[in-house]
This record gives sequence, C-alpha cells and structure tokens, in this order.
Amino acid sequence: MQQHTISVLVNDQPGVLTRVATLFGQRGFNIDSITVGGTEEQGLSRMIISTGGDDRQINQLMKQLHKLIDVISVTNLSENPFVSRELALIKVTASPSQLAELNGIVEPFRAAIVDVGPSSLIVQVTGDTEKIDALLVLLQNYGVIELTRTGSVAMARSIVPATAAATV
Amino acid sequence: MSVEMAELQKKNGIPPIQFGEEVSGAETLLRCLILEQVEYIFGYPGGAVLPIYDSLYGSYFKHILTRHEQGAIHAADGYARATGKPGVCIATSGPGATNLVTGIATAQMDSVPLVCITGNVAQSLIGTDAFQEANITGITIPITKHSYFVRDIRDLPRIVKEAFHIATTGRPGPVLIDIPKDVANEKAPFTYPDKVEIRGYRASLVPSDEQVQEFVKAVSEAKRPVILAGGGIIAAQAEKELRDFAEKTRIPVINTFMGLGGFPGTHELSLAMPGMHGNYTANQALLNADCVIGLGARFDDRITMGRTKEFAPKARIVHVDIDPAELGKNVETAVTVAGDVKSTLAKAIPLAKACDSEAWISQLKEWKEQYPYKYKKDGDVLKPQAVIELLYNSTDGEAIVTTDVGQHQMWTAQYYKFKHPRSFISSGGLGTMGFGFPAAIGAQIAHPDRTVISVVGDGGFQMTNQELAIVSQYNIPVKVAIVNNQCLGMVRQWQELFYDNRYSQIDLTCSPDFVKLAEAYGVKGLRASTPEEAEAVWAEALAHDGPVVVDFRVAQEENVYPMVASGNTLDQMELGDD
Ligand SMILES: Cc1ncc(C[n+]2csc(CCOP(=O)(O)OP(=O)(O)O)c2C)c(N)n1
Repeated sequence: MQQHTISVLVNDQPGVLTRVATLFGQRGFNIDSITVGGTEEQGLSRMIISTGGDDRQINQLMKQLHKLIDVISVTNLSENPFVSRELALIKVTASPSQLAELNGIVEPFRAAIVDVGPSSLIVQVTGDTEKIDALLVLLQNYGVIELTRTGSVAMARSIVPATAAATV
Repeated sequence: MSVEMAELQKKNGIPPIQFGEEVSGAETLLRCLILEQVEYIFGYPGGAVLPIYDSLYGSYFKHILTRHEQGAIHAADGYARATGKPGVCIATSGPGATNLVTGIATAQMDSVPLVCITGNVAQSLIGTDAFQEANITGITIPITKHSYFVRDIRDLPRIVKEAFHIATTGRPGPVLIDIPKDVANEKAPFTYPDKVEIRGYRASLVPSDEQVQEFVKAVSEAKRPVILAGGGIIAAQAEKELRDFAEKTRIPVINTFMGLGGFPGTHELSLAMPGMHGNYTANQALLNADCVIGLGARFDDRITMGRTKEFAPKARIVHVDIDPAELGKNVETAVTVAGDVKSTLAKAIPLAKACDSEAWISQLKEWKEQYPYKYKKDGDVLKPQAVIELLYNSTDGEAIVTTDVGQHQMWTAQYYKFKHPRSFISSGGLGTMGFGFPAAIGAQIAHPDRTVISVVGDGGFQMTNQELAIVSQYNIPVKVAIVNNQCLGMVRQWQELFYDNRYSQIDLTCSPDFVKLAEAYGVKGLRASTPEEAEAVWAEALAHDGPVVVDFRVAQEENVYPMVASGNTLDQMELGDD
C-alpha cells in the first residue's frame, strides 16, 4: 500500500468536511491526516488528505470525491513533485540550564524553542513528516510530555505546469 | 417567464407568478415547484411544515396524503420511475423526516430522481434537542446525491432550482432540502433563477469521438460478445439506441434486474436476467463471452457474486457509464467510456458493423430452448410462478408491474417478460420490503389509464398496507396481487438451503384476512387457491374499475430457481428440482 497526498478544492460551506469524512468512512478508506484551510479564492477551502491505497483504490477514491457536489477539483499531488509541510509543537522535560544543549539539537532542524518553563520547554518545528519524526527521536531522550502535530499542507512544485497535474 | 410556463399556468388556472412580490418562504417554495412543473406532491404534515401546508391549501398542487411518510416517499419514487420525472415528497421535522430515510436510501441505490422537502425547527432552536428536532441533512449525507439546509429565504429559489437539476441530471438521485420553520415564515421578494451554475458538477457527459471509436473497435473484434444492459439504459432513455445497436452489431442483450424493460424481453436477441436468480443462458453467456459490454450497468454483486476474478473469465470488459466512479469500481475493464449511454450509442451506431457472432447466437439459442425458467406443476396446488405467468398472459406484458422484495420479486423478474422501459418497478439495490405497494400508487397516478399491478409478498405488503386508504380515497385502480405463501418466503428458502431447515421467525400464518382488510378500507378483495380460481378471480380483478386486492394462496415450500448460492461463482448454478 502506497501513501498518497490528495488535494481537494471544496466550497467553503457548513457540512462539507462531514461529507468528505463520511465518504471515506462509507467507502472503506482511512484518513491518515487531513488539513483544511482557506485558499487564494474567497468561498473556497482546500483540504489536504493523506491516505493509503493502491492505484486502483486511489483512483476510485478520487472519483468518489469528485461526485460530491461541493467538491470542485481533486488532485493527486503524489503523482508529481510536490512540497509538503507539517507543524509540530513538542513539550519536553528540561530545566532552563539545559537550554543551550537543546538549542544545539533543534538548530540543525531549523526548529525553535518557543516557550521555556521551570521544568519544561516547547519546541516548534515545521517540515516534512520524516524530519519531524527524526527530531522527535532525539527529543524523546529528554522525555516528551506532550506532542501535537498538524497534518500536512501540500502544494505541487512550480516546475509542473498546473494543467499537467492529474485532476478528475 | 417562459412561454410554456405561461401556458401551463393558464391551463391549470394558476394565478400568474409575479416576480418581486413579497412572499413567505413557504409560498416561495411552492412557486418554485410550479416553475419546475411539479404536479403531484406526496406528503404528510406536521408542526414544522405547517407554513408549507398552509400555502398548499387551495393551491393547484395535487397533494396525496399517505398514511405514513415511507408510503409518501415510495409513491414519489414509483411516480419518478414510471415517468422519468422527479418525484416530490414533503415531511415534517424529526420523526417525519426520519421516516423518509429508507425511501431516500432506496432511491439513491437505484438512481431515482427525487426531491425530498423536510421542515425543521426554527434556526433559533437548532442544536438544542428541541421538540421534533433531527439533523436530517446529517443523517442522510451517505444516502443522498446532495442535500441542503436552507439558512436564508433569499437562497431558497436557487436551492430549489439546483436541487431539481442535481436530482435529474447526470446519474440521477435523491436530493433533500431541509427548511427550518423561520425560513418558511420569513418574507422576501420572489425571484427564480433561469439557469443553474454549479461549479465542479458535471451534469452531462458526451464521450469524445476517440473514445467512441475505441469502444466500437473493441466491440467489433468480438466473436462471442454480449451486452449487459442496466438501469442506465432506462434512465438515459436509450432503449431505441440499444435496440438499433444490438440489431446492427448482432450482439445478444442481457438485461440486469434494473435494466428489465430497457430491451424487450421478447426480442430474439434477449437473454433476460443474469446473476443469482438469473437464467442459465444469461449466466453461460457471461462465462463464455469474449467481450462483455456493460451499458449503464454497475456489475453489482448479485451478478458477479462478488467473485469478480471468476466473473466473465474469458472476456474483455467494455464499460460505458455516466458515473465515472463506476468505471473499474467492481470489475477490471479493458475499455471504458465515461459518458451517457444514449449519446455514446448514438455516436457508435453509424460506425458499428455486424460482429461475426452467428455461431454464438445459435449456441445461445440452443441453451435458451434447453434451459428455460421452469417449475413443477402440481395439480390443484397454485404455484407462485403460475400466478406471475397468469399476470403476464392476461396483460400481454403491457402492464406496469411493481414488486415488493422476496421470492415473488424474483419470480416476477423471471416470468413476466417486460417489453417496455419503466414498466418494471422494483427496489433492486437496497431490496426494500414495503416498497412495492406505495410505488404502484405513484406509478398509477402517473399513468391513470394503464394497468398497474403490484406484486407483493404477504410479508412486505404488511409493511405498508395502510396505504390501501389512499387507493380507496382517490380511487387509484392498482391491482394488488399478493403472492401469499404464509411465510417470509425468501428467508425460508435460505434457511432451508443453508441453515438445515431451521425455520427461524418466518411464520406469517397469523396475518389479517387480506380480503377483509381490503374491504375494511372500501377496496374490493378477492381470493384464489387453485389455478382455476386464480384465472377466474384475476379476470374479475382486471375487469373491475377500481383498486382490487387479490390474495393468491400459493404453495408454501416453493423455491426460486435457478440459484447461484452466495459465495459461489456463476458456473455453480443450481437449476432446481425439476
Ligand atoms: C425492510 C426489509 N426487512 C427485511 C428484509 C429481508 N428480507 C428479504 S426477503 C424477505 C422475505 C419477504 O417475505 P414476503 O414479503 O412474504 O415475500 P416472499 O419472499 O414470500 O415472496 C425478507 C424478510 C428486507 N429485504 N427488507
């Protein structure tokens, strides 16, 4: 099973997220992550959905998504080079005296310490899934108290003309 | 306003609709329905739809007050299937709306155009678990083509326009409009858009010339081709194109259950129904074909038996469907055309030529003669199959027949040879018991001059038989044929075959006397227990100018054959005990 990142442009209306989520449930697909937010055009939202499946399953999923009246376009970003980013906030057990040491760890990841308390601090990191996973492994040595991460936001790279991207 | 609209209004004595006039949401809705040329509304009132019912009072609409909302929606569905026009039903909020759910799911599975209007509590109460509040748009998301919750009266005309467009175009389906009471009461100047623009929605799909050429090429190379014609033929009104195409190319046609009537069952090239209870020839055709051409058929598991690898093992599958999501969904295909069957065939016919299929056709003909549908006759015992044969012979296949769900449904599909589209009306996808009788009411309302027969089981009829009140009240001359085996026959068959005769909860011997039940509603009731009685009683029923219920007392332990048991493939077909 392959991982796919699907970009879905939808009408920004109440209930659209439910319709999309229901479709996944109804058709037996799993949503690994989903992010929803505004777009360049008012009244439209973009959903970035990560899901697994073989080509046939993904093809079917995209067609089913496209049948929803509030869905305007569906693109499988994984078919072409694309950029994808997640954001994570990681609360780690640490005293202020360990600040320098931790800074040394997060810096190569271009992450930042965004909050410092008496016995814990918060690291903020953006990047692709692997990068965040890698930083997490290092921070686990200190003790991760709390972790929250977003799903991916993603976009096709500019070198691919928009029309070449597979849309249904 | 269009010329036709003005004519319609004049004809029906509707006061001319003034644009810009301040009217309530309820009045707005009804004006929109007039402009959509709706004539019949099936419904049931309640608190949340009181404003709508108040506007209906004395209006031009013919409103049918069923005795249950399920009756209303199945009747609207029967009306839609019999005409191709959208069926319209109204229910109140909460329990009224949830009573529509089975009917909505039924229409969705069989791609039937419906517009379902529900009332809801006022927006100030939404989300408070108010009296009779139900989130019906949420409940029905998985079973509608689309749904609307109307927040503002100014959106209502656009929404109604879109709802009718969505319900009737592309792959048809049910659309729900939920109107809170405050919107129904609010006033605004009346407008109605003259066109629909829904970004991202593809209503019609005319295939490209290249696709059609590829389709024709794949078909013309075949020596043992067969067409699998589904409900899409009927939805697209493509029966003439199908006939021309089949005759020109010399390709035999299998009608799926939903496609019965889309190609005449009496035609030389007809192989009738395939699948679980289909006939030997149709299933052998699929097993031996080198090319299966699916036209508006979805390769349902009642045909493939879910064993898609073993289904049509020697064939390349060519698939035409208006819904692109159906292509490659259930079976692997060699050629696909995302398009409306009617326009695809219209483009294909001039390019197509006859296949080298005469040897194949004569092989199929041999099978047809050798293995017809058959059953054992048994003296004075009335066999259910004989009842259906009687219905067929007495109407020469010209009636509109609706069925409920169970053995009688399969026997109707087998023994009544449907010649015309929209003459067989049955819940195929969902298999909804209780559907047949109210659907017949809708079909008869649409076609007052045709013979409409509702074939029902003694089980399913009892799920909606309260609608006898309707046929009595409006003198709707539906002929109800109860195939009464005093049990849940189809369940009994499965228990006999797969559960070692352990007949759990199928006994219906304690049912009402159906003749008296009919009479209690002021409807003529008749009974027959032998073949001779059946003939006499049925002739009397047909001659009667009004509704009739005929209780055919049939042999209990009769099974539907042929049968491919669940889990088996089409080549493991049991032909039955005779
Ligand atoms: C609403 C609903 N409940 C249950 C079923 C399951 N079911 C399918 S056929 C059948 C038996 C139908 O019995 P009857 O109406 O007497 O018809 P027969 O099979 O005897 O012709 C049942 C219970 C169903 N299809 N629909």
